[in-house]
Amino acid sequence: MASLKELKLRINSVKSTQKITKAKQMVAAAKLRKAQAAAEAARPYAGRLADVMASLASKVQVGEGSPKLLAGTGKDQVHLLVVANSDRGLCGAFNANIVKAAKAKAQELIAQGKTVKFYLVGRKGRAPIRRDFPNAIAGGFDTTTVREAGFAEAEKIANELLTMYEAGQFDVAHLIFSRFRSALAQIPTTQQIVPVPAPTAAVVNDGGAVVDYEPDEEAILADLLPRYLRVQLFGALLENMASEQGASMTAMDNATRNAGELIKKLTIQYNRSRQAAITTELVEIIAGAEAL
Amino acid sequence: MLHFELVTPARLVRSEAVWQVVVPGTEGEFGVLEGHAPFMSTVKDGTIKVYRTQGGQPEEIQVQGGFAEVNAKGLTVLAEHVEG
Repeated sequence: MASLKELKLRINSVKSTQKITKAKQMVAAAKLRKAQAAAEAARPYAGRLADVMASLASKVQVGEGSPKLLAGTGKDQVHLLVVANSDRGLCGAFNANIVKAAKAKAQELIAQGKTVKFYLVGRKGRAPIRRDFPNAIAGGFDTTTVREAGFAEAEKIANELLTMYEAGQFDVAHLIFSRFRSALAQIPTTQQIVPVPAPTAAVVNDGGAVVDYEPDEEAILADLLPRYLRVQLFGALLENMASEQGASMTAMDNATRNAGELIKKLTIQYNRSRQAAITTELVEIIAGAEAL
Repeated sequence: MLHFELVTPARLVRSEAVWQVVVPGTEGEFGVLEGHAPFMSTVKDGTIKVYRTQGGQPEEIQVQGGFAEVNAKGLTVLAEHVEG
């Protein structure tokens, strides 16, 4: 049985932990609102670009002369997995889930006899992936230097990927990130980004009017493809950020509640021990008095 | 009036009714008025001039990495970077 002093110390330590988790929960709630607003603000651009891409892609034949980003390298051997994680912990199983999805995809590709490489965004994915695939990490991007990953970061990542693609370092790239459903549910998602899957939006209704292109469709398409990639990455980063804050909020809410329960239990134990000590003392005094 | 929208990946910069917008297309500048035929063009890095009223002073917006689309609803410019 722990002494009264030990119990008191234990209760105090759990209380200060609870303060930390509560603070983190509130910070996450505020950041989640901000991240959701950012995701909201990014929607018009992404939506418009996808529409334009879809209408262009339906007009252009994919063939020999098509841009490599759309037609592929003609091979399907080297797969690059772009894994987007967060930089901070205290967000429950958020990073673990993304890493798990990445590893599952990697195993699946390896089983098919493909070569798998990793490109890691964010700090938290590095260690667990390096442990399982020590020689497969082709590169990474450090987001710890900025407060929030924005379009500038997405652009840098996309440019690096494009350089690697041009150099023939991979044939197909998949992006693994966490899609934000709600604060309670974040879904690890694997999505192919290179070659760009032609977006299939609803048929754009331009009133049957003939649209003029300047320069021609193919040139515009070639110009838009890298941009589309950047926007995809940017969208994934935003989704990831919202997911991270959502996961963090839920995890910290649970932690705060658990700490509360633990404090209650320890307090009861503390009071009981105190009561027992008092009773023992009283019994001793009475017994002593009676003996006289 | 022409409905003009300027969008970047991070936000919707402008969405308003104007008289004319002059866009620096890759193959030359073009002005868009109300009722322009459907049109799509890439935009080179440069200045978009927004005329709110006929004969008024244009407002200049620097854009980088842009793309313009004119349809029945108006003019939409998608740009990666916007200044001003």
